[in-house]
Amino acid sequence: MSLLPLLRISTAGSVDDGKSTLIGRLLYDTKTVWDDHMEEVRKSKVNRASRGFDLSLLTDGLRAEREQGITIDVAYRYFSTPRRQFIVADTPGHEQYTRNMATGASTCDLAIILLDARKGVLEQSRRHARIAALLGVKRLVFTVNKMDLVDFSQEVFDEIQAQAGPLLAELDCGHVDFLPISALDGDNVVARSPRTPWYTGPSLLELLETAAPPALASALPFRFPVQLVIRPHLDFRGYAGQIVSGAIRPGETVLALPSGKRSRVKRIVTFDGDLDVAYAPMSVTLELEDELDIARGDLLALPATAPKTATRLTTTVIWMNEAPLDGRRGYLLQHGTRTVPVRLHGVAALNEIARVEVELAEALPYDSYRDNRSTGGFILIDTITNLTMGAGLIEGAASTGQSELQKFSDAPFTPAERRKLRAVMAHMQRFGVKFDTDDFNQGEGI
Amino acid sequence: MTYPALSHLRALEAESLHILRETAAQFRKPVLLYSIGKDSSVLVHLARKAFHPGRIPFPLLHIDTTYEYPEMIEFRDRFTREIGAELRVYTNGDAIAEGTNPYDLGTAKCCHQLRTRALVDALKAGGYDAALGGARRDEEKSRAKERVFSFRDKEGRWDPRNQRPELWSLYNGKVDPGESIRVFPLSNWTEMDVWRYIESEAIPIVSLYYAMPRQVLVRGATLIPMETNVKPLPGEVPQTVICRMRSLGCTPCSGAIRSEADTISKVIDELTAFKRSERENRVIDHDQEGSMELKKREGYF
Ligand SMILES: Nc1nc2c(ncn2[C@@H]2O[C@H](COP(=O)(O)OP(=O)(O)O)[C@@H](O)[C@H]2O)c(=O)[nH]1
Repeated sequence: MSLLPLLRISTAGSVDDGKSTLIGRLLYDTKTVWDDHMEEVRKSKVNRASRGFDLSLLTDGLRAEREQGITIDVAYRYFSTPRRQFIVADTPGHEQYTRNMATGASTCDLAIILLDARKGVLEQSRRHARIAALLGVKRLVFTVNKMDLVDFSQEVFDEIQAQAGPLLAELDCGHVDFLPISALDGDNVVARSPRTPWYTGPSLLELLETAAPPALASALPFRFPVQLVIRPHLDFRGYAGQIVSGAIRPGETVLALPSGKRSRVKRIVTFDGDLDVAYAPMSVTLELEDELDIARGDLLALPATAPKTATRLTTTVIWMNEAPLDGRRGYLLQHGTRTVPVRLHGVAALNEIARVEVELAEALPYDSYRDNRSTGGFILIDTITNLTMGAGLIEGAASTGQSELQKFSDAPFTPAERRKLRAVMAHMQRFGVKFDTDDFNQGEGI
Repeated sequence: MTYPALSHLRALEAESLHILRETAAQFRKPVLLYSIGKDSSVLVHLARKAFHPGRIPFPLLHIDTTYEYPEMIEFRDRFTREIGAELRVYTNGDAIAEGTNPYDLGTAKCCHQLRTRALVDALKAGGYDAALGGARRDEEKSRAKERVFSFRDKEGRWDPRNQRPELWSLYNGKVDPGESIRVFPLSNWTEMDVWRYIESEAIPIVSLYYAMPRQVLVRGATLIPMETNVKPLPGEVPQTVICRMRSLGCTPCSGAIRSEADTISKVIDELTAFKRSERENRVIDHDQEGSMELKKREGYF
């Protein structure tokens, strides 16, 4: 069997739903736990499990949280089976740490949302599902845990699934699954359980092993945030960075944004030799034909599929600090490798999700978060305390931003516009209108 | 055009290069903490790649406790010379002059003086605002919560309850004078990834990682090599055992394991069959429950 690419998972649930126990169970049953760690668990003075040993101790690492018995911060776990490698972002359920749930979800492909069979869908579960969907997680897996405490009742399971109906209808998420499990006993975690004969779906691990790989960023338009200029001697000037989406070849013309200067790629330089093509998520160094004044923070793109730039953005912000958003205060927006002073127009307090208009001190090339996770997301930093105050998802330019209009004539279309245009063109063709769509279909824009 | 997904190791490599470059770009004066171990070897190799065709734009700092294996020091000097890196060595000379040693003081206190204190002092003396380290999240439970850019206050302390949220691959490296960031480019690597990468890139590592006959004291499950002045307990007699190190540290603290693995591919095969963690043979981690976390709060890497 061919090895599927790494799957990044986040787990979320309310406190005590059994997240830590479930991850401990996954690690233990896939034999990822070292014997000496297991001995520590067996010897530990703490045991909150009703029978057997407390698998949650395998993941609840920090003293402070062991004492309180709650998970307080995102912890990353690594395990693999012969079929696949996994990274699990274990995110806390306690309400005050909802920000960490967004952190875990920001990089993951699939979210496991834990429900307690006795409690069903709680406000926290709804919130977590919404955050995962908001952050672009395409697959949600609802695991109804502690089925052993409700006699593995199909009625209870069906009722909870029905309860989740309205939530799912509201979420814009590709794929949803429901699984009855017992993290404590291991039912339907690694192997399918004889105690749920009415359940015919896969076990959780089977589902994770076979989940479709995340969409490849290399298929999106080329985006290259310049991290730094490498200039070892006067004859070489290279722009180092990670290709966050798309691909590039020597000879192609690139556009440096926001300045709009153009040049052609001369070489793609790496320690292991020059490349004929480089694509996301490779880290490379690009040498250009011309000596342009390009620096850290510039974004390289192809002219036909370049992002738009704006000085005012409509965004969704997740606020992550005790100090609420303050419209009079200056913040720094960090987007790719670019940091721009901003003013925020909106209201948000800790753990709130708010619509915020961002006024930028200089033009920013951007994509909407829906189109591109890397060039559509940003963080906000307090200029005085240096703390990360929140995270934002770009929707588009705010109506008052004019740069969009100025650039419209020669600006390429964003994927969203292209989808709309394609629909319009199909509609017109149905009415007999003919036009040349080759360029458009080849991705060159109209 | 569609392109294949990168292999797991190539994807990890690309992420680490991005983190190394962010460090060089965001900080005034970064330093790479070079411990001579296999993870450090990988980190230095990645740093060479990140800044190619330029040189690594920061020095390598080794905290020398003076209790390390002679092979390690030899390797350090040769390796850094060969790749043209700038090496700085720091030792807590005051503590050693006062007689700090693991045999009289105990390993926990010794480690606090010769590693933790030395590191915090060295970073302060050098005025470094970022320190790159080879720690991985899969190493130890408290490390699993560590950020890639991990904030340290003016005393070098880590506050696990008050970490900066870290989303996507956006790393906030903003600090005030005196504060610093510890950067962990290998956060998402596992021990197995490190070994496979060393194999595929043919990265040089200290010979101590390969099995050979050594004079050791057998103390419980731990093999303590005789290379330094380890004092036999009553009744203990040195024996010759074919063994190797799974992780490196000071001689009194890092035990050897029985092993015949004398090549990287044998080490990888052996690791696949292993049931015990790599830090187990580091005596210091076992002093008390949660001891790594305590040390980290104090500023240990
Ligand atoms: N009966 C039963 N108890 C469980 C199950 N899963 C977890 N628990 C218990 O529920 C409590 C909370 O579990 P924990 O994993 O710490 O929850 P977390 O706060 O979501 O990480 C502990 O006492 C667990 O032993 C299960 O499937 N069945």
